[in-house]
Amino acid sequence: MNKSPSPSGRGGCNLGDLLMIEVKNIHKSFDGQAVLKGVSLTVETGEIFAVIGGSGQGKSVLLKVIMRLLEADSGDILIDGKSIRGLRGQALYKMRDRAGYLFQGGALFDSMTIYENIAFPLREKTKLSKKEINARVEEELEKVGLSGMGHKYPEEVSGGMKKRAAFARVLVMRPEVVLFDEPTTGLDPILVDSVHRLILWGKKTYGFTAVIVSHEIPEIFGVADRIGMLSGGVMIETGTPDEIRNSRVPEVRRFVRGLSEEVSAGGIA
Amino acid sequence: MDYILAIPRSIGTAVLDVLQETGDMFLFLGRTLYWTFTPPLKVNRVVRQIGFMGARSTALIVLTGAFTGMILGLQIYYTLQKFGAEAYLGPAIALSVIRELGPVLSALMIIGRAGSALSAEIGIMRITEQVDALESMSLSPFRYLMVPNMLAALVSFPLLGAIFNVVAIYGGYLIGVKLLGLSAGTYFSGIKDFVGYKDIRDGMIKSLCFGVIMIWVSCYKGYNTGHGAEGVSRATTTSVVMASTLVLVWDYFLNSVMLNF
Ligand SMILES: Nc1ncnc2c1ncn2[C@@H]1O[C@H](COP(=O)(O)OP(=O)(O)O)[C@@H](O)[C@H]1O
Ligand SMILES: [Mg+2]
Repeated sequence: MNKSPSPSGRGGCNLGDLLMIEVKNIHKSFDGQAVLKGVSLTVETGEIFAVIGGSGQGKSVLLKVIMRLLEADSGDILIDGKSIRGLRGQALYKMRDRAGYLFQGGALFDSMTIYENIAFPLREKTKLSKKEINARVEEELEKVGLSGMGHKYPEEVSGGMKKRAAFARVLVMRPEVVLFDEPTTGLDPILVDSVHRLILWGKKTYGFTAVIVSHEIPEIFGVADRIGMLSGGVMIETGTPDEIRNSRVPEVRRFVRGLSEEVSAGGIA
Repeated sequence: MDYILAIPRSIGTAVLDVLQETGDMFLFLGRTLYWTFTPPLKVNRVVRQIGFMGARSTALIVLTGAFTGMILGLQIYYTLQKFGAEAYLGPAIALSVIRELGPVLSALMIIGRAGSALSAEIGIMRITEQVDALESMSLSPFRYLMVPNMLAALVSFPLLGAIFNVVAIYGGYLIGVKLLGLSAGTYFSGIKDFVGYKDIRDGMIKSLCFGVIMIWVSCYKGYNTGHGAEGVSRATTTSVVMASTLVLVWDYFLNSVMLNF
């Protein structure tokens, strides 16, 4: 089993492995305000699982709980069938080394240029030479369409560019599991498409498993293998894109229809 | 009934909050110290923070040191004159500066200048999820943010305190010798006779303690900042107030211990 990823050269796919995320009955509240009230989901190895739902429903909180950036009040999270809730210190860091997290706002280090941001995890976590790092960073910049923008600081570029730079910073470590928090929000339709293709490409090339929080309906139907809708602190429905598209649950229908109608009418940019 | 219970209940909650925060703060200090002694050390970050905290505070310290020395020159001369003891101006200034005013005033100035900036910087990194980003890469924010600042403070505070002392003693010299007509020999030989190793050591210990206090409070406040710009501004203000107060309280405590040993 591939416990510690060696970002230097791991190109193989893990489809044969057990790797799987299992979230069991997670509860989380902030100062008495219950945000997650028993969320469960499973993601199989190599699968792309999309979480949809209105804003403020706790989608970001759910991703952070999976990454252990926030502590759940109760429930369990299993990776490869092993609970990660009790992990501390080095054991926790080892688990996180296998995963990448794309933050909703990008979370680029604002004291560093875009190039340095992408090089940072390589410099800190691998023994690659300067030249190898340079090659890798340029390659990632190219992939996300930011060639030649590396010398700029995060404040100097648009929101969409920040998102893509953050995307590159995650992918440069070749994570086995990636948690994407709204990777396409704020991008124009062409970029949305290119980011989605990048995710599909990453899945095919690296075989990563992904959880994506997304508002891109209907585009996300073409990306995700399965979709869950988070509402009122629980997953009200989970299914394949077709199942969600033709859902009988009124709230899901309203959400899916509403958003796709608004999009086709040009309501959401 | 609710009425009667309201007051003790709110007092109880307030006490619990204070205890909780105190506990959190000591835990935070413990983690910072733990990571300080866990290699590898981010040397270039330490150097950068020494530049930020130390080098760029020097002008401010020289200025405040000079004026403190000159004010002491006037005030202490006035007092000593009443006993006919003007000749002791040099040691009087040197002892009060080295033992007390140098460490305390330079700490207060650095807190105002660098401590506030540090809280704001870490607070902004917190609300823009840069701290979480470090965590998500399995890189400890303590190693990358708190430890370099802690070490930079341990270097900068004693050095800036020493600069403050030297400048203040010369400030007193300007007033006592050049303005009020004491002889330079009296001024400096008095200092040599009365200032001992112990005084300098005590001053250094104070500077080191105040450095730890500043980093502890401003990093803690930044790390635990509330939401949005308002949260950061509150973290900044409370960290300055709290660090300054703690410096004075701890100074009293140190004095009461040090004067006995
Ligand atoms: N660190 C936090 N402290 C307090 N409340 C939080 C925190 N993070 C999120 N929340 C609250 O949890 C709810 C869900 O937030 P979030 O997960 O960001 O929603 P979204 O589904 O839009 O991503 C919101 O009401 C938010 O105010
Ligand atoms: Mg969100």
